Order: sequence, then structure tokens, then C-alpha cells
Amino acid sequence: MADPIVEMKDVNKYFGSHHVLKDINLEVVPGEKIVVIGASGSGKSTLIRCVNGLEPFQGGRIVVDGHPLEPGNTSKTSRSLQAIRREVGMVFQQFNLFPHRTVLKNIMLAPMRVRKVGRNQAEETARRLLDRVGIGNQADKFPTQLSGGQQQRVAIARALAMDPRVMLFDEPTSALDPEMIGEVLDVMRELAAEGMTMMVVTHEMGFAREVADRVIYIHEGQIVEQGPPAEVFDNPQSERTKAFLSRVLKH
Amino acid sequence: MGNFQFDWQAMISSIPHLLEGIPYTLLISGVGLVFGFVLGIVFGLLSINPIRLLRWPAIAYIEVFRGTPVLVQVLFIFYGLPEVLGGPIDALTAGIAAIALNSGAYISEIVRGGVQSIDKGQREAGLSLGLSRLDTFRYVIWPQALRRMIPPLGNQAIVSIKDTSLFAVIGVGELVRQGQIYIATTFNALEVYLMVAILYLVITLTLSAILRGLERSGLVGQ
Repeated sequence: MADPIVEMKDVNKYFGSHHVLKDINLEVVPGEKIVVIGASGSGKSTLIRCVNGLEPFQGGRIVVDGHPLEPGNTSKTSRSLQAIRREVGMVFQQFNLFPHRTVLKNIMLAPMRVRKVGRNQAEETARRLLDRVGIGNQADKFPTQLSGGQQQRVAIARALAMDPRVMLFDEPTSALDPEMIGEVLDVMRELAAEGMTMMVVTHEMGFAREVADRVIYIHEGQIVEQGPPAEVFDNPQSERTKAFLSRVLKH
Repeated sequence: MGNFQFDWQAMISSIPHLLEGIPYTLLISGVGLVFGFVLGIVFGLLSINPIRLLRWPAIAYIEVFRGTPVLVQVLFIFYGLPEVLGGPIDALTAGIAAIALNSGAYISEIVRGGVQSIDKGQREAGLSLGLSRLDTFRYVIWPQALRRMIPPLGNQAIVSIKDTSLFAVIGVGELVRQGQIYIATTFNALEVYLMVAILYLVITLTLSAILRGLERSGLVGQ
């Protein structure tokens, strides 16, 4: 097995006195697609937000592509953070597009400021990515002029413009109207097929079953069960997993 | 009441004298507000800095200059400070300084409110793309905050323009002072002060119109 690109070792996190993540140990190898499932408040979003340092943690260690993150605000950690965020793309539930910039300029900002790519090349890349997510004709619009599904596809293109080695998806379809979920999942499926390393928090069990190499079930901050989707979904070992699945798969 | 008669002629003929005050009114408020904007950005951002040693002096500045009357501030600068400095401060400079320091405190709060009103997801999106904290602020947060700040900034500009009328007491030849001088020779207080009020209204209405246009144009915050 290849060396992991994301490694979480004994990670513990607290919000005040609330213990959100408990001894999380997780390794993700390049090209692997991980889907994290669990009830709301279980800590699944917090888990992937730790990977690119949007959430600090209080115990353990996270290594992403060779860059270590540790608790506390050391200069070493802040150098690692910069390096990790260049290599890890993130897609948010609420899209978080920049409303004052056109779609094109949303995508061009990070390559130009962080990678020092020239304007022409940045624009070329942005247009190519927009074509790839199927909205090449929306380049000069502002985000609010697009549908939710289109906005989320722009957000994916924006993350891809940094040529990331890992993509994090934090409930990417949860804020979408039902008829728009499919178009976003299609883009994610294509990305998966191209070999992107992905960590996805989602309630879309169909997507998990189809795309995931490994499904991780989190309950109250702990990894309760993990394995290939067929095993976790069809033959769950833990009572908690069974209870959760019976609740979400009924609908 | 008795036999009062409104003297239209007196009102009209006061205009040329009053107009001499307008450049001072605009100069004090204009220059004062430019410095006030700079102070407001600096202290507004310091007041939300996580480092306590930077935050506290900024909050102290805001509370002091927002919590005391601008008239007291200008009297302090014009009559008080020369005792320390050992030389006089001219009235125009004192007026500009008072507007700058006073509006700076209010604008600090406008800046703080504007920046804090931006959804935290915007910051997270910027950082997650690898942008530095400075670039995230400069390209993501600030342009959006600035746009939201236009209406309260316009409000503050109008307040500061009117505040300059207080500086008649230190003898700056602004609009009210010119009115007082003119009334001293003609005794048409009603007509002249009415004209003074109208001229303030012309200035503030013009500013309101410009700000509305600016907001509609979408030029700010792109």
C-alpha cells in the first residue's frame, strides 16, 4: 500500500468542555475516496475541517502530504498550514463563493495570488475548468446570478484551479434543491473517476455506495465502523451503525 | 410678534457673504474626514485584533473620542494644547484635527461593524484556497465590507459637516461664523440663519445624492 497522503493520529478536539473528536486515527492513501457519514453533530464535518486546519485541535497529530500539524499555534504549524492549504481543496455546504467577484475572478484569485500564475494563464485555466464542470457560458456572471447547483460547481472549479492533491467536501449537496443535487454529484463522480483523492462528508448514501472506497461511520466523535461500502451498508457490525443506517436508508 | 416683516432682500443679499464660509466648511469637513477615514481603518481593524495589547489602546481611543463632545475636543485642542506645545495652533488646523479625531472614532466602529458583518465562510474559503490572511482580507473581506460601509460612512460625513458649525466659537470663518459676522451689522438674524440652514442643506443633499449614485454604480467593492 502507498504511503498515506493524509494521516490523523490520536486526534482529539474539544469545543470548550465538549469532546468533539475522540482519538481519531485515519490514514488516506493517494487516490482513495473516503465518505464520512454520521448524524448531525457527530463530528464528521469537524473531522475534515481539521485536515486543512480550519479547526484547531488539542491532541494528536495530523500529517498532510508530509506537512505536520500539531496542537498550538507554533510557527512550524503555520508554515505547514500554508503548504497544506495549497495542496488541499475544499468545497463547503454554503458554497462560499466571493459575491463581489465574477465567476471567472472567483476561480482566478488563488492561482494568481498564491501560485503567482499570470493573468492570461489563470483565465485560460479557469475557462477550461468551467467547461469541465459544464458551465463554461457563465464565466462573466456574478455568483448570485447562478442557481445553487451552478454555484457549487463553480466552487469545485475554484478549488480545482489550485491543482490540489486532495479534495475535501463538507456536505456539498446539503444546501441544494433536490433537482440540483445530481449535477453536483456528477461532477464529483467524474473527479473520482480521474483518480482524485477525496474526503467527502455527505448524507447521499447512493453516492457513498457507488463512489467510496471506504465508508467511515462516526458517532459522538468516534470512528465506530469503517470499511468498503458494501460491508458497511449491507453488513454493519455495530449496533449504532445499524440504527443510523436504518434511519437514513428508510427514506 | 407685532409688526414683524420677513425681509427677503436681506436674505438674498446675505448670500455672497455666507458663500465665503463654504470653502472653510468644506475644507474642515473634507480634510478632517479623509484623516478620520484613515484613523477609522487603523483603529477599527486594531479594535478587532486578537492581540490584546493592540486592541485595548484602539478601544480606548474610540471610547474617549466618541464619548466626549466634539465642541469640547476642539476647545481642548485650540485653547488647551498650545499650553503644552508652547505655541498657538491656528483655528483651521484645530478644526480639522477635531473632525479627524472625532469622526475617526465613529468610523472605527463602522469599519469594525462592516468587517464583522462578512460571513465567516468567506474567510474560510479564502484561507482554504491557500491565500494568506492578508490576501484573504484584502481581496475577499475588505471589498465586501467597504460596500456595506457606504451608507453609515455617508451618515458620518453628514454629521461631521454639521459639526463644523460649532467651530464658529474658535473663530474659523466657516458658514455659521460668516452668518454671525453679517448679522452683527444688519441684525437680520431670522433671514440670515434661515439662509445658513438652507446652505447646509444644499451641501448635505448634494452629498447624499453622490453617495446614492456611488452605491448604485457598484463601483465600490469590486
